[in-house]
Amino acid sequence: MVPLSHYLIVSAILFFIGVLGVLLRRNVIVVFMSIEIMLNAVNLSLIGFDRFLNQHDGQVFSFMVMAVAAAEVSVGLAIIISIFRKKPTINLDEFNIMKW
Amino acid sequence: MLSLTWLVPTFPLIGSIINGFWGLKIGKDNVGKVACGSVILSFITTVLILFGLIGLPAENRIYEQVMFDWIVAGDFAVQWAYQVDPLSMVMMLVITGVGSLIHIFSIGYMKEEYSYYRYFAYLNLFMFAMLILVMGSNFLLMFIGWEGVGCCSYFLIGYYFDKQSACDAATKAFIVNRVGDFAFLLAVMFIFYIFGTIDYTEVFAAAPHKLIYDGEIAIIITGFLFLGATGKSAQIPLYTWLPDAMEGPTPVSALIHAATMVTAGVYLVVRCNILFMMAPMTMMAVAFVGGGTALLAATIGMTQWDIKRVLAYSTVSQIGYMFLGCGVGAFTAAIFHLITHAFFKACLFLGSGSVIHGMHHEQDIRKMGGLKKHFPKTYFTFLVSTLAIAGIFPLSGFFSKDEILLHSLIDGNIFLWGMGITGALLTAFYMFRLVFLTFHGESRVDPDVHPHESPDIMTRPLMILATLAAVGGMLGIPLIHGWHVLHNWLEPVLFIDWQTIVTNSTRMMEEHGHVAHLSHLLHHKEHPDAGLEVALMFLSVGVAITGIVGAYLCYIKYPKLPETLTDGQWGYEIVKNKYMVDEIYDETIVKPVVQGSRLLWKEADAKAIDGTVNGVAQIIGWCSKQAKQFQSGYVRNYALSMIIGFAILLLVVF
Amino acid sequence: MEQFIFYPLSLMCIVFAVGVIVNTSPISSAVSLIGMMLGLAGLFVLLNAHLMAILQVLVYAGAIMVLFMFVIMLLNLKGDDEDWKMRGKNVLLASLSGVFVVTLLFKIFGDGFSTNIGKPAVLPETFGTTAAVGELLFTDFVLPFEVASILLLVAMIGAVVLAKTKLN
Repeated sequence: MVPLSHYLIVSAILFFIGVLGVLLRRNVIVVFMSIEIMLNAVNLSLIGFDRFLNQHDGQVFSFMVMAVAAAEVSVGLAIIISIFRKKPTINLDEFNIMKW
Repeated sequence: MLSLTWLVPTFPLIGSIINGFWGLKIGKDNVGKVACGSVILSFITTVLILFGLIGLPAENRIYEQVMFDWIVAGDFAVQWAYQVDPLSMVMMLVITGVGSLIHIFSIGYMKEEYSYYRYFAYLNLFMFAMLILVMGSNFLLMFIGWEGVGCCSYFLIGYYFDKQSACDAATKAFIVNRVGDFAFLLAVMFIFYIFGTIDYTEVFAAAPHKLIYDGEIAIIITGFLFLGATGKSAQIPLYTWLPDAMEGPTPVSALIHAATMVTAGVYLVVRCNILFMMAPMTMMAVAFVGGGTALLAATIGMTQWDIKRVLAYSTVSQIGYMFLGCGVGAFTAAIFHLITHAFFKACLFLGSGSVIHGMHHEQDIRKMGGLKKHFPKTYFTFLVSTLAIAGIFPLSGFFSKDEILLHSLIDGNIFLWGMGITGALLTAFYMFRLVFLTFHGESRVDPDVHPHESPDIMTRPLMILATLAAVGGMLGIPLIHGWHVLHNWLEPVLFIDWQTIVTNSTRMMEEHGHVAHLSHLLHHKEHPDAGLEVALMFLSVGVAITGIVGAYLCYIKYPKLPETLTDGQWGYEIVKNKYMVDEIYDETIVKPVVQGSRLLWKEADAKAIDGTVNGVAQIIGWCSKQAKQFQSGYVRNYALSMIIGFAILLLVVF
Repeated sequence: MEQFIFYPLSLMCIVFAVGVIVNTSPISSAVSLIGMMLGLAGLFVLLNAHLMAILQVLVYAGAIMVLFMFVIMLLNLKGDDEDWKMRGKNVLLASLSGVFVVTLLFKIFGDGFSTNIGKPAVLPETFGTTAAVGELLFTDFVLPFEVASILLLVAMIGAVVLAKTKLN
C-alpha cells in the first residue's frame, strides 16, 4: 500500500516544476501550461487526502478547480490572442503594459 | 382649548417653510397672506388657550404638553414639551398680538423690496423661535428658542446684505450675543449639575431644598443667567449691539429689537424668579445694572440724530427699567412694563418706519421737521406713544414705570430710585426732542423729497398699537386692591415659599457650621403706603412734564439754545460718541482677539497644522515613489514576489 | 501490487511535467502536458476517484488541451532558442523555488502524516462513484456548483468579447 506522503511528494514535485515553468519560461503559452501543471498537482493532493479520509469533499473541490481552470484557460487564451494582434510576439518580457 | 397649544408655534413654522421654499413661486401677495395669516392664526389660537387657562382654578393654572422625547442619554432626559402658565401666556399674547400687527405693517413697508419672501420667511421663523423660547418647559428648549431668535435677528439685521454697515451690524449683534449665550449655557449646565434636571417645574420646586439662601451656588447660577440676559436684552455691558441693529428693516426693529426678542432676558429673570430671590447679591447687581443702563442709554439718546437710533437707545433704557424692577423683586412690574413697552415702542418704531417710508428712506431728524401736516395719522399715533413712554397720566407707560419706581424706592434704595427718576426725566426730554424735531417746527426736508402719508395697511396697525399704548395701563391700576389684574394673574408663578427656604437654608448653613439669620425674610412685606404712592405719582408726572417743557424750550421756543449749551463742551462730545464704549471694546477686546486669531491662522494653522498635514502627504508620496519601483509591469516579477512571500511564510510557520 | 503501478505512473508524470517546461517548441510542450495529465488520471484511479479520473481525461486532456493546441496552431508559434537563456534573475528564482519545495518536502516527511492519516480508511463500495460525488455536489455544495456555472458562462462571454475586439 502506498502511503499518503508519497502522493503528496509527487504532488509537491509537480507543483515545483509548475512554479519553475512560470518563473523561467518566457513563452506565454508554456507559462500557461505550467499553471495547469500546478493546478493538477493540487488536485492530486486533494484527491489523495480524500482517499485516506474516506470523504468526497476534496473531489468536489477538484471538480471546482477544473471548472475554474477551464474558465481561466478560455479567457487567458483569448487575452493572448488579442495581445498577439497588437504585437506579434508571445514573449512575456515584452509585455509590461500593466505598468502605470 | 389647552390641547391646541402645540399649534401656536407650529403655524409660524409652516408659514416660514412655505415662504422660504416656495416664496418666489407663489408671488408677493400670497407671501404676505401666508406670513400674516400664520401669525394671526397663532394669535387666535393663543386667545383660545387663554380662555382655557382662565377656566382653570388660579393655583392650577399650569398646563404642560409633551410633544416627544427629544434627548435621552443616561440620566439626562429632555422632552420637547410646551408649558403654558400665566407668565408664558402673557408673553405669548404679546408676541403673537404685536407680531401680527407688525407683520401686517410689513406688507406695506416692504412692498418695494425684491426679496420680499426672504424677509417674511425670516420673520415667521423668528416668531416660531420666540414662541419656543417662551413656551418651552425646560431650559434647553428655552435655549433653542434663545439661539433661534438670535439667529433670525442676525438674518434680519443683515437683510440688506449688499450694505457693508448692515453686515457688520449683523455680525456684531451675533458675536455680542454669543457672549451672553455662552453664559446662559453655563448656567443651564450648572442647573443640571445641581438639580439633575432642567425642567422648570422640577427645578423650581427643588430650589428651596437644594440651594442655600445667598449661597455661592445660587449666586453663580443666577449670575450666569443674568449675564445671558444682558446679552439678549442689551444691558450693560453688552448693550452695544442694539443701536447698530437698527440697520435692519424698521418693522424688524419694532418686532425683534423692541417688542419681543430683547425682552427675552426679562422673561428669563422673571421665569427664574425663585432662583433670583434666593440670591440677593445677584438681585442687587440686576437692579444696579438695570438702573445704570436706563440712565446711560437715556443720556446717549439725547444726543443722537438718527430717528431709529434714538428709539434704539430708548429701548435699551426702557429694558433697563424692567431689570431695575426685577432687581428689586417687583417682577410683576417688570412684566407690566414689558407689555406696555411692547405696545408703545412697537408703535413708535412702526411710526418711525412710516416716516422713513414716506421720506424715501431718510432717517436723519435734522432733515425732517414740520412733518405733522404730511403725516397726520402717523403723527397722532406717534404722539400718543411718546406721551405713554414719557409717563403722562393716564397712558400705559405712566402706570408701569411708576410701579417700578415705587418698588425701587420701597424695596430698593434711594440710589436706584434716583437713577430711575433721572432716567424718566431724560426719557421725557429726548422723546419730545424727537417729536419736536421730526414733526414740529420749520421744515428742513430736502426739496427733492416729497413726504407722503403711508397707506392704510401701515397706519391701521399703528392706530391699534396707539390705542393699546393708551389703555394698556388698565392691566395694572395701583392703589385699589384687587384691580391690579396682572398682579393677580401672575400670582401663582411668582409665589415663593419663604417658610421652606428659611427652614432648609438655616438647616444647611448650620450643618456647615455657620450661623443663620434669615428670620427677617419671613416678615410680610407691608403694602406700600398710599400717601407715598400718590406723592410719587405726582412727582413722576411732574418730572415728565418738566422734561417735555425742557424739550419744548430747547427745540421749539429757542432753537439756538441747544447749540449754545453744547458747543465746545467736552462732556457733550463724549456722550454724543456714546461714551466711547464701542471704541474701548474695540481696543481692549476686539483687536487683541483679532490679532490673536490672525496669529493662530498664520502661524499655528497655516504653518504648524497645514505643515504637518502636507508633510505627512509628502512623506507618503516619497514612500510611494520608492514602492513604485516594484511595479515593473512584468507578471513574472509579481509571481517572484509571491514566491518569496510563500517561502518566508513557510519558513516562519514550520 | 499497488506500488508497481504507482511508482511508474508518478515517474511518468514527473518526466512529462519536466518535458513541458524544457521543450522549446510549444507543440512538444503541449503533448508532454497531455502525457502528464493521463498519468495523473491513472493516479486518480489508483485513489479510487473514478469520476475525477474520467473528468481529468475528458476535460483536461480533452477540452483544455485542444484549446491550447488550437491557439498554438492559430498563432503559428515556433520554438525560440533564446527561451532558456539562464540569467541571474532566473537562478535566483530557481533557488527560491528550491527553498520553497524543500521546505514543503521537509514538512511532509518530518511531520506525522504517515502515522496519523497515513493508513488508508476502509472504503465503502460506492467511494468515488459519480453517484457519491454528484450527491454531495447537489446537496452540500449546490451553491458553489451554481456559481461555477455562472463563472463558466462569464468566461465564455469574456473569451468571445476579448477575442473579437481589438486591443487598443
